[in-house]
Amino acid sequence: MLKINNIEVVYSDVILVLRGLSLQVPNGQIVAFLGSNGAGKSTTLKAVSGILRYQDGEIEEGSIEFDGEMIHQLDPFEVVKKGITMVPEGRRIFREMTVEENIKVGAYARDDSAGVQKDMKMVMGFFSVLQERRGQIAGYLSGGEQQMLATARALMSRPRLMMLDEPSLGLGPLVVQDIFGIIRRVNQEEKVSILLVEQNANIALANSQYGYIMENGKIVMDGPSEKLKENEDVKEFYLGLTEEAKKKRFSEVKHYKRRKRWLS
Amino acid sequence: MDAMQVKFLAMGIINGFAVGAIYALLALGFVVIFKATDIFNFAQGEIMMFGAYMAMLMSNALVGKLGIVAAFTLAFLISSFTTALLASICEMTVVRPMLGKPVLSIIMITLGLAFVLRGGVEFIWGPEELPFYKPFRDAPLLVQGVPIAEVRLYTIVTSLILMGVFFLFFKYSNKGLGMRATAEDQETAFLMGINVKRIFTMSWAIAGIVGAVGGIFLGSTVGNLVPYLSHMGLRALPAVILGGMNSITGAIIGGLILGVCENLAGTYIAPHIGGGDIKEITSYVIVLVVMMIRPHGLFGTKEIERV
Repeated sequence: MLKINNIEVVYSDVILVLRGLSLQVPNGQIVAFLGSNGAGKSTTLKAVSGILRYQDGEIEEGSIEFDGEMIHQLDPFEVVKKGITMVPEGRRIFREMTVEENIKVGAYARDDSAGVQKDMKMVMGFFSVLQERRGQIAGYLSGGEQQMLATARALMSRPRLMMLDEPSLGLGPLVVQDIFGIIRRVNQEEKVSILLVEQNANIALANSQYGYIMENGKIVMDGPSEKLKENEDVKEFYLGLTEEAKKKRFSEVKHYKRRKRWLS
Repeated sequence: MDAMQVKFLAMGIINGFAVGAIYALLALGFVVIFKATDIFNFAQGEIMMFGAYMAMLMSNALVGKLGIVAAFTLAFLISSFTTALLASICEMTVVRPMLGKPVLSIIMITLGLAFVLRGGVEFIWGPEELPFYKPFRDAPLLVQGVPIAEVRLYTIVTSLILMGVFFLFFKYSNKGLGMRATAEDQETAFLMGINVKRIFTMSWAIAGIVGAVGGIFLGSTVGNLVPYLSHMGLRALPAVILGGMNSITGAIIGGLILGVCENLAGTYIAPHIGGGDIKEITSYVIVLVVMMIRPHGLFGTKEIERV
């Protein structure tokens, strides 16, 4: 279980990004982590993965605990050894390597080659496209395939917790459905807990058991995903479902059209 | 062309190949560090020089007890190891604390490192020429009737073996894979559980090994050692640029091409323009022309863009 206790994160010694954020991911669950751009979601993931200090950020207060161990002072590769792997935002696959080499990099820190071989088969089973494209240069894969590759790569380190930063970024609706299907299967079949950062609140809440909503470096609301979906504020701000919103948007459209005519 | 001229040409090419192999090793040292860490290491020539001096020290010390061949082989291995160690220590003490600082300042620091190393070698061994004992005979071997100095052949063979070993290392070993991953994207390499700091040190160690081997053969070819040997590091610079800063294959092929061209220019063009050091500028002329056509070098690439 991952426990983030009241952390404060500062960039370049002056910019306060997280102001006392707490969050928990219980074992075996999928937890959605929502919020608008710049709320600090990615920073939170970076704090957990340990990469933060290499980007001029620092955890000033609070602690991060994973299965009872403090991990907020560890280097990224040590965090991976403890069982937490991150799928970074924008995939970040190794473009000049083949698909197979990318997947092997995921297993870099492991020294049980028999287990690695077995997991390679498991991963190829989850992502049959990757099996077909095994020897191809990864840079030429489509966006959806790249996201699958990034997920497969992360799975190769045998994580107990996988953090996904916006897996739906830039992908079409059908591909997004596919990817979330796989995320759910990974969670159920491989017993990997998942912390899911998303802009697409709809699909994130539909595929998770619990959700956190973040604004300005703080958690402003949390609860079981079912309940969050029914909450009026969540509906208005994140799901875009209220009637008032429709009216507002209509007037904006009219205003925009009128102004455009005046100008041209 | 009669047979004599063909033999003359072959000799020029093979000798050029031997010089090129040394360039290639030095260029490899530059590229390995540049790829993994984004740092251009100006001290590569000095690292090479240290390797040569180290080999000289060991082989001179051992030659009485073991005979020249065994002493040289042992000195070769010890020097490769110590030079790798020295390069790693340089990385850990001088470059590591600068991590995250602007790349330009780190490059300036390697320039400083170059002066310190050269000063150190001069301090220990003095600035004057020192003899370099080597097992290679002075009488040339005849290969298909073409006379080739023994040291040249050994340079070519050893360099090719070493490059082959590194090629396999980068292509198939787990550590090599980690190095390539780090070269492509440091942050993601970190997130995949790769100890990037250790990879940095490893890349310097590899640069140390290729530098030492290059230095030893350079010393054996010249026959004596002076601290100014380190200027050879700058002579290898065009090879790096020609091949492309981020390509290991490019560094090797660039080095070989320039070595051969330089040597041929020296034998064929120099007499017509009244001697002069045409050799020194050939590389730069070639690089200049290639840069106009391929700004990233022969094998250098921009990132792959999905079409």
